[in-house]
Amino acid sequence: MSQQGYVATPPYSQSQPGIGLSAPHYGHYGDPSHTGSPPGMMKPAGPLGAAAPGGMLPQGHPPPGPHQFGQNGAHAQGPPLQRFPGPPPVNSAAPSYAPYSPSTRSSYPSPVSTSSVAQLGTQLSAMHVNSYGSGMAPPSQGPPGPPSSTAAFQGPPRSPQPSILQPGSQVLPPPPTALNGPGASPLPPSTHRQDGLPGPAPSNAQYQPPPLPGQTLGPGYPLQQAANYGPQMAGAQLSYPGGFPGGPAQMAGPPQPQKKLDPDSIPSPIQVIENDRATRGGQVYTTNTRGQIPPLVTTDCTIQDQGNASPRYIRCTTYCFPCTSDMAKQAQIPLAAIIKPFATIPSNETPLYLVNHGETGPVRCNRCKAYMCPFMQFIEGGRRYQCGFCSCVNDVPPFYFQHLDHIGRRLDHYEKPELSLGSYEYVATLDYCRKNKPPNPPAFIFMIDVSYSNIKNGLVKLICEELKTVLEKLPKEGQEETSSLRVGFITYNKVLHFFNVKSTLARPQMMVVTDVSEVFVPLLDGFLVSYQESQSVIHNLLDQIPEMFADSNENETVFAPVIRAGMEALKAADCPGKLFIFHSSLPTAEAPGKLKNRDDKKLINTDKEKILFQPQTNVYDPLAKDCVAHGCCVTLFLFPSQYVDVASLGLVPQLTGGTLYKYNNFQVHLDSQQFLNDLRNDIEKKIGFDAIMRVRTSTGFRATDFFGGIYMNNTTDVEMAAIDCDKAVTVEFKHDDKLSEDSGALIQCAVLYTTVSGQRRLRIHNLGLNCSSQLADLYKSCETDALINFFAKSAFKAVLHQPLKVIREILVNQTAHMLACYRKNCASPSAASQLILPDSMKVLPVYMNCLLKNCVLLSRPEISTDERAYQRQLVMTMGVADSQLFFYPQLRPIHTLDVKSTTLPAAIRCSETRLSEEGIFLLANGLNMFLWLGVSSPPELIQGIFNVPSFAHVNTDMTLLPELGNPYSQTLRMMMGIIQQKWPYSMKLTIVKQREQPEMVFRQFLVEDKGLYGGSSYVDFLCCVHKEICQLLN
Amino acid sequence: MATYLEFIQQNEERDGVRFSWNVWPSSRLEATRMVVPLACILTPLKERPDLPPVQYEPVLCSRPTCKAILNPLCQVDYRAKLWACNFCFQRNQFPPAYAGISEVNQPAELMPQFSTVEYVIQRGAQSPLIFLYVVDTCLEEDDLQALKESLQMSLSLLPPDALVGLITFGRMVQVHELSCEGISKSYVFRGTKDLTAKQIQDMLGLTKPAVPVHPARPAQPQEHPSISSRFLQPIHKIDMNLTDLLGELQRDPWPVPQGKRPLRSTGVALSIAVGLLEGTFPNTGARIMLFIGGPPTQGPGMVVGDELKVPIRSWHDIEKDNARFMKKATKHYEMLANRAAANGHCVDIYACALDQTGLLEMKCCTNLTGGHMVMGDSFNTSLFKQTFQRIFSKDFNGNFRMAFGATLEVKTSRELKVAGAIGPCVSLNVKGPCVSENELGVGGTSQWKICGLDPTSTLGIYFEVVNQHNAPIPQGGRGAIQFVTHYQHSSTQQRIRVTTIARNWADAQSQLKHIEAAFDQEAAAVLMARLGVFRAESEEGPDVLRWLDRQLIRLCQKFGQYTKEDPASFRLSDSFSLYPQFMFHLRRSPFLQVFNNSPDESSYYRHHFARQDLTQSLIMIQPILYSYSFHGPPEPVLLDSSSILADRILLMDTFFQIVIYLGETIAQWQKAGYQDMPEYENFKHLLQAPLDDAQEILHARFPMPRYINTEHGGSQARFLLSKVNPSQTHNNLYAWGQETGAPILTDDVSLQVFMDHLKKLAVSSAC
Repeated sequence: MSQQGYVATPPYSQSQPGIGLSAPHYGHYGDPSHTGSPPGMMKPAGPLGAAAPGGMLPQGHPPPGPHQFGQNGAHAQGPPLQRFPGPPPVNSAAPSYAPYSPSTRSSYPSPVSTSSVAQLGTQLSAMHVNSYGSGMAPPSQGPPGPPSSTAAFQGPPRSPQPSILQPGSQVLPPPPTALNGPGASPLPPSTHRQDGLPGPAPSNAQYQPPPLPGQTLGPGYPLQQAANYGPQMAGAQLSYPGGFPGGPAQMAGPPQPQKKLDPDSIPSPIQVIENDRATRGGQVYTTNTRGQIPPLVTTDCTIQDQGNASPRYIRCTTYCFPCTSDMAKQAQIPLAAIIKPFATIPSNETPLYLVNHGETGPVRCNRCKAYMCPFMQFIEGGRRYQCGFCSCVNDVPPFYFQHLDHIGRRLDHYEKPELSLGSYEYVATLDYCRKNKPPNPPAFIFMIDVSYSNIKNGLVKLICEELKTVLEKLPKEGQEETSSLRVGFITYNKVLHFFNVKSTLARPQMMVVTDVSEVFVPLLDGFLVSYQESQSVIHNLLDQIPEMFADSNENETVFAPVIRAGMEALKAADCPGKLFIFHSSLPTAEAPGKLKNRDDKKLINTDKEKILFQPQTNVYDPLAKDCVAHGCCVTLFLFPSQYVDVASLGLVPQLTGGTLYKYNNFQVHLDSQQFLNDLRNDIEKKIGFDAIMRVRTSTGFRATDFFGGIYMNNTTDVEMAAIDCDKAVTVEFKHDDKLSEDSGALIQCAVLYTTVSGQRRLRIHNLGLNCSSQLADLYKSCETDALINFFAKSAFKAVLHQPLKVIREILVNQTAHMLACYRKNCASPSAASQLILPDSMKVLPVYMNCLLKNCVLLSRPEISTDERAYQRQLVMTMGVADSQLFFYPQLRPIHTLDVKSTTLPAAIRCSETRLSEEGIFLLANGLNMFLWLGVSSPPELIQGIFNVPSFAHVNTDMTLLPELGNPYSQTLRMMMGIIQQKWPYSMKLTIVKQREQPEMVFRQFLVEDKGLYGGSSYVDFLCCVHKEICQLLN
Repeated sequence: MATYLEFIQQNEERDGVRFSWNVWPSSRLEATRMVVPLACILTPLKERPDLPPVQYEPVLCSRPTCKAILNPLCQVDYRAKLWACNFCFQRNQFPPAYAGISEVNQPAELMPQFSTVEYVIQRGAQSPLIFLYVVDTCLEEDDLQALKESLQMSLSLLPPDALVGLITFGRMVQVHELSCEGISKSYVFRGTKDLTAKQIQDMLGLTKPAVPVHPARPAQPQEHPSISSRFLQPIHKIDMNLTDLLGELQRDPWPVPQGKRPLRSTGVALSIAVGLLEGTFPNTGARIMLFIGGPPTQGPGMVVGDELKVPIRSWHDIEKDNARFMKKATKHYEMLANRAAANGHCVDIYACALDQTGLLEMKCCTNLTGGHMVMGDSFNTSLFKQTFQRIFSKDFNGNFRMAFGATLEVKTSRELKVAGAIGPCVSLNVKGPCVSENELGVGGTSQWKICGLDPTSTLGIYFEVVNQHNAPIPQGGRGAIQFVTHYQHSSTQQRIRVTTIARNWADAQSQLKHIEAAFDQEAAAVLMARLGVFRAESEEGPDVLRWLDRQLIRLCQKFGQYTKEDPASFRLSDSFSLYPQFMFHLRRSPFLQVFNNSPDESSYYRHHFARQDLTQSLIMIQPILYSYSFHGPPEPVLLDSSSILADRILLMDTFFQIVIYLGETIAQWQKAGYQDMPEYENFKHLLQAPLDDAQEILHARFPMPRYINTEHGGSQARFLLSKVNPSQTHNNLYAWGQETGAPILTDDVSLQVFMDHLKKLAVSSAC
């Protein structure tokens, strides 16, 4: 199926999906044939370059693209390329994915071909066409025939909105966006959208009207809630009549009429985000009700804990679990929670209360060991309580006894955080400590690679200088005057240098350990010191390090021994801690963990590709295990100038709850700021050490799988050497039994950890979810952002063991399956060709497409293996907000900036068609930030921002904007500050000028467009999914 | 006889040689019947203020197997400018530089009074002296402090161009790099891992292209900082640095749990020290100075585990084969000692601890390399401090009394062969025509390496007469022996000291009286004692004693005058009269008796016995006892319990201890404070006299003896009581019925009993 899925797409494809994005505009309807493409092309052209021409072609043959998608194979090709020249390759690549990829425009070939598809195809095609209109036309249609027709039309370029159409209508409440689908007849629905021309498809998906043109959808909304959107499907694209309305649909509704599948007519993530923000932003969200759906991660609001953990700590893929596993299987919606136990909470929300039960420790259920929480039911006048998780009835310990009031609640209900709050902390007793001894305060060890290149490029000096100031800000517990963290320093190349910085020494002492095969810690006293006490010695040391190695010619480095040394040091000091390793090269020196350059592009696209993501030697895994066992977290700052085997080097940081930072081709004068910000941030961030997390659930289901920066020695205890405020663990649940709607599904996540001051604590988060035997309830309660987080982590974990092709297929299949199930069981009857999406999953296709286009899942030799391994690793620990931004970047027009206001300009969809030559746009995905300058950017803005007279004078080498006194500069920089603020990684700023080579990089982040290295456009993907759904429904 | 005594003394002063026999029996058979082998005590570098070295090189015999050096015994044809080698009779041309010689213009080496000549070799690179300190940091705070101070002080005593290095160890071993500015840097090694020399050198980064050892180059280290220079630096450059570094040395920081010994990686530390020098300065004089405050407790060379409840091995354990680490540790240290010796490096051990420190296992390090072994209770005692300081004492020329990397070669005339040597040396395994097949001591070679020696270092050299009985030597024939010592002088010069001696041959049958008269019983006692101690290292104690006894009886039989079966008739001539008494005390000495001594103490005593000169050796065998009283000037008295009188003050010198013992009455007087009363000033003087004399001994002796001040009934009086001849014991006290002397509570036989038995056995025809 899956494949097919993709395949299916093809049909759409036809539409030129390729165009994808761009297309939209144009094309909407236009069938393929026509050209919508052209337009599309055009744009592309710019960017993509070639495109244009191709574009045209495509139309012609729509097919090409298609292949991609699979099926079509046939066609595929052909034309493909058209668009971009470049793309072609893609196609090739595409195969696999096929679908996506195609170059953008290439539209998918009409490929369609496929039978199955066919039907859709048509429609889609239509849709497509529409949608894209443009160009591609119609591919869809099978390429051939049909499409064209339709497509043609529209051609018109975009008219924007159109598609939607009605959507507004759709608006509907209902959520669902329905895209029409394919099914629909080929023809599309087209839709309604009136606007759009054609009007075809009509909104509601249902319609589907006219195939052709219509694709678009008008949104049809048809459906009630759910989905309607979908209407058309025009290819997905369109289809969705409601197009974007969908989103809006609900709310906004406004759709306008649109025409065919106008890109605007398909559900817009921006719209969804804005709607949620409009309705829930700035309000107080109280967690008093079980199973309520929190605001989106992108919405700012104040959260008040009234018995369930704040969504900042736990988010779920759905807040209503199906009662039975059969239901769960039917829907195929993953049941998962993304837990960020140390999430930062804003200052206007109450910090966690600390509960101290003295020597007896926390009150726990005798049977399941759950901690006292709001889910415990007191009975028998308060003498006993029934555990909400396992139903065991326990005696209340005498010291804890309290009478009950008339509604059976303890009189002290509001006085005890553990009875009334979803999240709180317990003071842990000695029973919860290693060896029953209170832990020592943790330590930070800084380990600097002082091999030749690092000295030469000034990195060592930079680090040493920075440490002098950043150490002043070591994290400390609330009232502490100075941090109780201790610090230590190691430098290394192919041997290790430990430093004695005891406060009584006049100058630091260096101890060289050359026995890297069996590293040991050469000193005890004086290695880990209080920064305050040893400040002068430490400064002395940091001053000297760069000079000490100034003459070194040592190029070789070791790596595993460095980690082992740090771990042994912590072990010797009997404390947990964190290693900060600053490393830059492949560790080739003779030592355990020695690595070879094994970056073999030939493995790409084969079943062995997974090897590239696995560590090269079996040294690192046991090392990580040892680290975790001793509470040693490893954070790695990598400064590679070539292949360094991130997959191997990153393993220990990954498994120990550390962070991996990577700065390619680091240049001190350009990249210092980014690195230093990351370093400061990482040092200062809130962190817990030597943690064990246990997720308990009420009977009927249980946690079965965990993803994140964790190490599991058994199936239940999640061990983490450390966990900081940015790390999230995604937990998947499965049924063991039936759940009851009455008691719901309860989750208690307990994290036992050591604070920065060396106290042992338990952090408890409780969350109650609903259960329902109605699928509709389930779909209503889903959260797409969380779903994508789950899908991303499970896919990225699977990358280690399965061929990428299989993984991609599974993702597409599951997406289609979830939507098909909805369509079949929840949506009101509508034309088969209509794509109907549940409201809560309106943007699932676009996000899923983004995930599929991520370089980790793209098998392309052009992408550096290290970069893929790096991103894979990053995503594994991301929280919901991080993954949302990462997969769907924020793109904001800067030229519309209102210098008098502090609000950011509204984000726009990530598609090239949204850019304009006269504009300046800022794109951010959590790792990178791009400032894109249109060729006709207003000179006054250029002057204001860069202090140069014109576009041509702008120097794109800078990574920081100059600080200028004018309002543009100030506002823009402030804006960038705000955007940066919440993210764990400092984003590297790249200035991109339209039509210059570096723009290629930027384009990869326009995720609704066809990817540079493959990956289909949003529209194409929607078509593909639609087709897949139709197949499932049939 | 006086003439012989004078002759012996004169020879000793001039050549540093004393022979057991000064007239040699001329045949092999007769020689073996002499019982005491033909042997000599040789002090190769005996101080000769009156002997300026000559600034040219020696003239060698041209026969490749001989290469003897021109000496006063050679026959010279002044006209033909030829000389005949007195060892091989090769006729040699004088080198051109000798063209001007004549009967009246002789080079020094031909003059009879220059039987010992010292040549200075000008060729070859000169190496600065190298001192590598290897310091244990598992010490008590005040011990460490005292040691640090001593080390700092020693820096000021070193020549400015000497290279110094520092290794410290405890649980880990740190090799300090002395060249860095601003930060002190050290390389650290795990104390438990046995590393090969190659590994050590790799880890220290010493394995780049062989570093030419031109230590003299430190002048330009800036341009070519040789890798080795990182760890061994000229003292003048890093004086301050090293002083600070020593000042900052901390006790080993690793916690020592209750009931455990600190983990001390002596074996690895020494291994690294040896490896470091081996890799950087092979065949260059260097001193590794190891300071330890306890036994090695981990890694290769460990002597005892870290559990305090398991005590370190005792002689009892060793006899019962219960010392589980001993063999392995000994092997480890022997391997190191041999490597150090092969490279010409000497190892000193300064062990200061109340308990044993493993000297038994480590003794080979000093014994094979000529290093010093010092044993004390604490580094914070004057015993250690002054001993250590004395290492750096200088001679009248301002040079250190130490020499390095010496090679001692012995050449003999044809009638003799060399059987072996006993002393701080290792064999160089040089076979040659003058090497005997029978070994006494370290034999099978005519050359030995002595890595570290000083003006008092003394070896026993044993010979074998090989002349057959049927090839008589003509009357007036003389045998000759040449000792050639090539060494690195402390001024870094290479020097060769040549001593050539000759003695008359005599036919033992016809001229026994001559031979008997020329017997040097002191030298013989020491030489026999060395043989006995040497045997004791490898044989069971009782066997050695029996061997000694048998030798003594045979000697008495051979040279005594007696009527068979009549013990009362037994007499020994003057030249033999003291010999039995030496043997009596030797039998009781700690060199052969392990009772009451720990294995470490035995090793320590034996170490010194094998390297001290004759005078000191005799003191060790038979301590000297002086008596002070109002009855007259101080006088030496018999080492006998009868000398312990109430109104005497005794001063005993055993070499290792100086004991001042106040007799009962004297002690009472002192308690009563008479010495403080002006009218008893003479008493005060009496008390002071032995103290002054003791100080004198203390000042001259190396190692500094343990100084004990005790009195009648004092617990420390045991040192005296254990040494004196127990002529009065609890067994015979009343029998004797005398009031003099003090009874010794012992079952040991007294000298009188010993002598009685000896006479009985000597005259008996049974054996």
